[in-house]
Amino acid sequence: MRIGVLAIQGDVREHKNHLVKVGATPVEVRTLQDFSGVDGLIIPGGESTTIGMLMQEEGLIDAIRARVINDSFPVYGTCAGLILLAKDVVGPSPARIGLMDITAGRNAYGRQLASFEAMVPVPSLPGADFPAVFIRAPQIVAMGLGVAALAVYDGQVVMAEEGSLLVSAFHPEMSGDVRIHQYFVDKVRKMLGVPQ
Amino acid sequence: MEEKQVGTFNVKAGLAEMLKGGVIMDVTTPEQAVIAERAGAVAVMALERVPADIRAAGGVARMADPRIVKSIEAAVSIPVMAKARIGHFVEAQVLQALDVDYIDESEVLTPADPQYHINKWDFQVPFVCGARDLGEALRRIAEGAAMLRTKGEPGTGNVVEAVRHLRAVNAAVRRLISTPDSELPDLAKELRAPIELVRQVKEMGRLPVVNFSAGGIASPSDAALMMQLGADGIFVGSGIFKSQNPEAMARAIVRATLHFNDPKIIAEVSEGIGDGMPGLEMATLTPADRMQDRGI
Repeated sequence: MRIGVLAIQGDVREHKNHLVKVGATPVEVRTLQDFSGVDGLIIPGGESTTIGMLMQEEGLIDAIRARVINDSFPVYGTCAGLILLAKDVVGPSPARIGLMDITAGRNAYGRQLASFEAMVPVPSLPGADFPAVFIRAPQIVAMGLGVAALAVYDGQVVMAEEGSLLVSAFHPEMSGDVRIHQYFVDKVRKMLGVPQ
Repeated sequence: MEEKQVGTFNVKAGLAEMLKGGVIMDVTTPEQAVIAERAGAVAVMALERVPADIRAAGGVARMADPRIVKSIEAAVSIPVMAKARIGHFVEAQVLQALDVDYIDESEVLTPADPQYHINKWDFQVPFVCGARDLGEALRRIAEGAAMLRTKGEPGTGNVVEAVRHLRAVNAAVRRLISTPDSELPDLAKELRAPIELVRQVKEMGRLPVVNFSAGGIASPSDAALMMQLGADGIFVGSGIFKSQNPEAMARAIVRATLHFNDPKIIAEVSEGIGDGMPGLEMATLTPADRMQDRGI
């Protein structure tokens, strides 16, 4: 199973390490050619303005949109990735994929001093609460009826799913816990019809 | 609900991880900050003067006017960093009160303490510090730095010192990794660094925090050179706004940093972007001119 990690900017290495631990083959995606060979894609944390702009220049936004719409291609966006997948963004909005029926508030918790860690209950995962790291994190300020909330923290939906799209406002790759990466890889496997 | 924990090392070092592969640009006005953001900078460094102008002005260089920092914070959505003098923990307290995203305890400003750096563990805001070699790097981490940058020689537009420092750090990390455990205490003594950090570098096979390159990067090829040498990202100080066409230079350096392994793209982005900043030859600097020797 080849899972792409969008490698324009951000914490690409940490996502790749987690993918290896759950038995997937990580592939760095910078160009259309890289993208054509992957079964699913993770958009890492980073600066959404920078990542969106450079994705646009590489033609990756259109290519990802087309595969999501036509083939239910699985994409998981963390933090900046959540903003890039959101249909709407409050305030100045970066170039983005914009296919998930959510509205994202950028840096909605505040600047870096408001960044935090917390144990967050994620009912669809086996075992204990998940160690979540929020860094200048976005919030989901509104979501459509077709979107499922997978985790709620402090009254905010911090992880959500709609069809082939998965997002979290926090960074699962910043802790040693690989259960969310396992969840995404299982999702890709299911979409491809590969037995567990 | 579980309690939130703020200001943890994980959260501090985490923001640096999110900046990896990106370009951080020095800016002195909100207008410049917007140019940097539009060009694809991952963060800006709010300053009163860029290093080349600090060098030209001489005298004592201090933290920027809070008004500059606030106006730049209001102008962009990317992280805003600001510089405090080495050892000047009150400037750092002020910058934390201004809600900056990162503090650079920087040799570009005139050091305030001849002996000690800021005790960065006292702060909730993260710090980046400069280093010329592995010993300096580990000492800064021991003081609480959550991000490093090799120093280079700021405000010169000459990449030679940036190369020297990054090669020195990387060579020392390679040597450390291949040193037997029994010899690590001695190596720690030689590096004047805590043994725990020395062991951690060996275990991880790399520095425990992100390490950007800084000090003299003035062209797209300079940026790609530092990335090929193993930098996690790039700081550009005077190189953007002291060039002939800052907008074009900023965009070109961002794209060259992304595609650092693709000479065709670097060629393409380097075309027709105007003159880079005027440069300085190292031999023309007196010992007093050398910012890199401050705070070691």
